[in-house]
Amino acid sequence: MSTPLSPSVAALRARFGAAVVRAEVSCGDTIVYVAPGSIHEVLAWLKDEPAERYDYLTDLTAVEYRDRERPLELVYQLWSIGRKVALRVKAELPKDGALEVGTVTDLWRGADWMEREVWDMFGIRFAGHPDLRRILMWENYSEGHPLRKDFPLRGRFSRSEQTHRALSDALEKHYSLDELSTDEAARYLPEGMRERLAGGPGA
Amino acid sequence: MSGARTVTYELGTTTVDASGQPTRTPLIVDAEPQAGTDHMLVNIGPQHPATHGVLRLVVELEGEVVVKVIPHVGYLHSGFEKLGEYRTYNQIIPLTDRNDYLAAMSNNVGLALAAEKLMGIEVTERCRVLRVIACEMARITSHLVWAGTTAIDIGAFTVFLWMFQERERVNNLIEAWTGARLTTSLTRVGGLMADIPDGWAAELRGWCERFPKTLDEVEAMLSNNGIWLGRNVDIGILSAEDAISFSLSGPMIRASGVPYDVRKDRPYLGYETYDFEVPIGEKGDCYDRYLVRMDEMRQSTRILLQALDRLPDGPINVADPRVSLPPKSRAMSDMEAMIFHFKQVMEGIAAPVGEAYAAVEGPRGELGYYFVSDGTAKPVRWRIRPPAFINLAALPKMAEGHLLSDLIAINASVDIVMGEVDR
Repeated sequence: MSTPLSPSVAALRARFGAAVVRAEVSCGDTIVYVAPGSIHEVLAWLKDEPAERYDYLTDLTAVEYRDRERPLELVYQLWSIGRKVALRVKAELPKDGALEVGTVTDLWRGADWMEREVWDMFGIRFAGHPDLRRILMWENYSEGHPLRKDFPLRGRFSRSEQTHRALSDALEKHYSLDELSTDEAARYLPEGMRERLAGGPGA
Repeated sequence: MSGARTVTYELGTTTVDASGQPTRTPLIVDAEPQAGTDHMLVNIGPQHPATHGVLRLVVELEGEVVVKVIPHVGYLHSGFEKLGEYRTYNQIIPLTDRNDYLAAMSNNVGLALAAEKLMGIEVTERCRVLRVIACEMARITSHLVWAGTTAIDIGAFTVFLWMFQERERVNNLIEAWTGARLTTSLTRVGGLMADIPDGWAAELRGWCERFPKTLDEVEAMLSNNGIWLGRNVDIGILSAEDAISFSLSGPMIRASGVPYDVRKDRPYLGYETYDFEVPIGEKGDCYDRYLVRMDEMRQSTRILLQALDRLPDGPINVADPRVSLPPKSRAMSDMEAMIFHFKQVMEGIAAPVGEAYAAVEGPRGELGYYFVSDGTAKPVRWRIRPPAFINLAALPKMAEGHLLSDLIAINASVDIVMGEVDR
């Protein structure tokens, strides 16, 4: 590929130094790898720096490779509405470490559902996310995270086992009081559940 | 009747304060002073006609005013992205039909573009023009469904019939081209599944010339209609900053005044050579979204006519035997062609190591496909950037503070398709 790196890479290197791990071009798109600890800082700078202005978070997803040695990758697709340029920022998360990065919901409100989806599908946690619940799978789904490579295509359990597990799990572990009830509706909750909910998680 | 009580009231009208939050004059003033202290939790869906599929909304109400909306999605989750990792690139195309089933053809095109970007394939000129036709037909059919169902949600049944009648005509054309009305599977990596049949272009041109009249009739009925205005104007306002922050795309972001259109900003298939305008809204309310979508249908008709004018002759598939299947007659008579046929069917087309993101401007917004390849014929990761899912995330922001009935109008204005939200 003869496409040069985006000029944003040099600016990032000048500003963040070692936090910018490496950069490459694939199919004409620049990819910048950033240390997972700095991802929020880097994205905030890219969003607000007048010369960069990547103000639109097109997409947020993750990739797991078939090669088990390779780390998980978080992929942020950025776009600048004014400058009409794109940049792909990635963070590599080693599988034996804590699968957790800082949330960017304070930068883009649209990141809320995208981060929930990544948590749901890949099991990557976003520290500081206001409401990190599963979004596509149901709340008490207990088979793990479907887009991980160690998750079999047909799921781990039979249909009847899945139903059994879903019915036997305690709902209040997964839903907030807010969601299961307002004051009015809480009167109709099952025996004991109201007290457990009021006690918060772990009660 | 003597002693009848007269109540002073004014009709509830929505106004917007300085910060853009809706404020509503209550329908009945001082009639029931104790009302409004209790909150009620209402569950809408997942099986409810006004949620446009299996969307479930948990709504907290104070009287009739929405205090909080919690959307629950995922009832239609089919694991398309997981399935795609076990399929070759061409085998993924039927999955894209079922993703956004109201605009299958633009999904097919988006997937082919991403795979071709990854593999470095340039398609033929005829194929490019036919794909533009496919994308714009998909946009029109999808917007017709939107207009029809939204009008039903708001109470205008006639529009539904007129719009679905037009959609039927487009679907007949799509059926004549692809053999299917919804699940088209039109594209292949490096080309198309089929060329258009004889006489088809003339039929499409005739339809394009008649269609704007229907739009005129619908606009004459709706645009100044008191009920339509009352249900849409100043409802569900989203500012340009919020629209960008929520990563909205398509008519949703353009109604808020941001001229972001993938066809203009990151042109593909030669869209920069077509003459069309991108309609922009002023206030970002439901009425602006209605105006933007109606105008988009007109612009799509313009693009269709231009594409028909320039449609060149020539092949629809690239002349690369590793990518395009040889004709069946050659595969059965020529050894080399048979080997290529066998390899393509049994192994698929191997993509080089790398990754590619390509987006099309689908009816609902930026419809992106992101492929990561490790050099085999099956992608390591296939990601759909789902515009309906991301647009739907802004629903609570738009609906809170409005009436419950406005929530239905706002949800209709987002134009979701649950196949794509849940994937």
